[in-house]
Amino acid sequence: LKTQTEPVTERGLPLFRMSKHGLFIFLCLLPALILVSIFTYYPLFKGVIMAFQNYSAYDLMNIRFIGLENFKTIMADIGFKESLINSFYWVFFSLIPQFLIGFIVALMLRRKFKGRGVYQAFIFFPWAMSGFLIGLIWRWMLNGQSGVINDLLMKMGIIDTAIPFLADPTWALVSVIVANIWYGITFFAIMILAALQSIPEELYEAAKIDGAGYVPQLFKITIPYILPTLIVTTLLRVIWILNFPDLIYSLTNGGPAGSTHILSTFMLEKIIYGQNYGQAAAVGVIMIFILIFFSIFYLLATKFNKAGDF
Amino acid sequence: MMRRVNAKMIVKVIFLSLFLVFTVFPLYWIFVTSLKPTKEMFTFPIQYWPENVTFENYINIIKISNFDVYIFNSLLLSFVAGAISLIIATLGGYVLARFEFKGKTQVIFAFFITQMIPLFIGLAPLYLLMSKLELINRLPSLMLMYTVMMVPFCTVMMKGFFERIPSSLEEAAMMDGCSRISALFKVIIPVMLPGLAATFIFAFVQCWNELFLAIMFIDKEEAKTIPVAMNSFITKFDIDWGAMSAATVLSVIPTLILFAFAQKYIVEGMTQGSIKG
Repeated sequence: LKTQTEPVTERGLPLFRMSKHGLFIFLCLLPALILVSIFTYYPLFKGVIMAFQNYSAYDLMNIRFIGLENFKTIMADIGFKESLINSFYWVFFSLIPQFLIGFIVALMLRRKFKGRGVYQAFIFFPWAMSGFLIGLIWRWMLNGQSGVINDLLMKMGIIDTAIPFLADPTWALVSVIVANIWYGITFFAIMILAALQSIPEELYEAAKIDGAGYVPQLFKITIPYILPTLIVTTLLRVIWILNFPDLIYSLTNGGPAGSTHILSTFMLEKIIYGQNYGQAAAVGVIMIFILIFFSIFYLLATKFNKAGDF
Repeated sequence: MMRRVNAKMIVKVIFLSLFLVFTVFPLYWIFVTSLKPTKEMFTFPIQYWPENVTFENYINIIKISNFDVYIFNSLLLSFVAGAISLIIATLGGYVLARFEFKGKTQVIFAFFITQMIPLFIGLAPLYLLMSKLELINRLPSLMLMYTVMMVPFCTVMMKGFFERIPSSLEEAAMMDGCSRISALFKVIIPVMLPGLAATFIFAFVQCWNELFLAIMFIDKEEAKTIPVAMNSFITKFDIDWGAMSAATVLSVIPTLILFAFAQKYIVEGMTQGSIKG
């Protein structure tokens, strides 16, 4: 009799529970499922179909299937190739510094000290801002004639003449990546700090008794313990950064001359300015493939490594 | 031994201080800019604190643009979408936390996927859908879409909060004759107010910040949100940085305050949501 009043969260519950609560479960999930099906999955499905159609806002009378034509057009577009390569730089060079600096910040905040709460509140606030605003703020700081970053770099003696950050293609790409690093460190610091605080203190005490120093502790206890969190967080972040157009949109809008477009801003431009929904959808389909392949590869690779460690 | 500890402390203080400056400076700079008179905006040498502090940028933006309308729209929109998301996410999260049932993994996976795919693929079909519903240039389009966007993540976040509360709590209430729903509202909800607040604030801030759907659906003064309005301040060739910096500061203040309050719980919810989810 006691088992019937047991919490229902345990796995492998007797089946009659299901029928008893079936209707309740169904009704509670229904609003969420309806909304997501109609307004996320249905448009997505239609969008994928559009990728194989001639579908342009200027040519709405002539919507028809054209096979892989959109993909061919996109592949032949120099702008697409550039966005593809930029996407790689954008993700890789944003992610690594975000991760490393975020990790160091988290390590330093792990132990309580006076004022830690206030410190956290301050360094976490980029997180409350939108990518659009971050892009605007950096655009102002990198401004050619009166940008404060040039001024600071010159005052520090790092450069002699002002750098045309947003007018030069290479510097523009560096600029959007640096702004993105600034934005993203916080996320990693938050996630890693939360993971660090879940490590039982006894593990460190045991290591201290064994005479292990800080660095061995880091590699023998800290990193192995939070490794699953690190792996998942990093994967989610890669996907998120690839899909993140807001900052580039307001900082450079892909310019100068398309040199800072990534796949998501390239696609957005096709929608907002080009009005060619078929081609935009084709870019989106390619992105989905990239994300799926990357995720599978990444998960296989990290599992493989983990197995190798032990 | 003592000296090593001190060296470590010094490194830590220096690193954390530099990082603080690095993080806070852009926000400081946009704030300082917003206090500068137009004439001093571009003067050289650059002033790191304005000689003549002025609020003219703030006054201008309120006088020239309909900033009060944008603020009202954004507030209304984020509040409504946040509140509806919270209700839907509470129901869904509760069920996902408390029951095992067929298709549960698939439901969570379906939610998870919505966070991972480039949603722009569906932007054009969505626009057509919204025209059919006659919602273009009207705020309900965004209320609806923001709710749709927030529900999956908030549901998983709420699931995490529910899992921390022992189910013996509502079992006891149900033994006393409460129905499951009234047990949920009378017993469980009151204990998890921080979690509810965090989920609401998270959704509110996301809606407050959203740009692209709003650009797609809204092109009328009366229905513009703050991000749409700010986007229209950017012209092809120039940006009025005085107005822009004041608008940035105004639009960021509510989110900063909300996040400062709810930060701890949002972090808990997010780590629950994205790692265990």
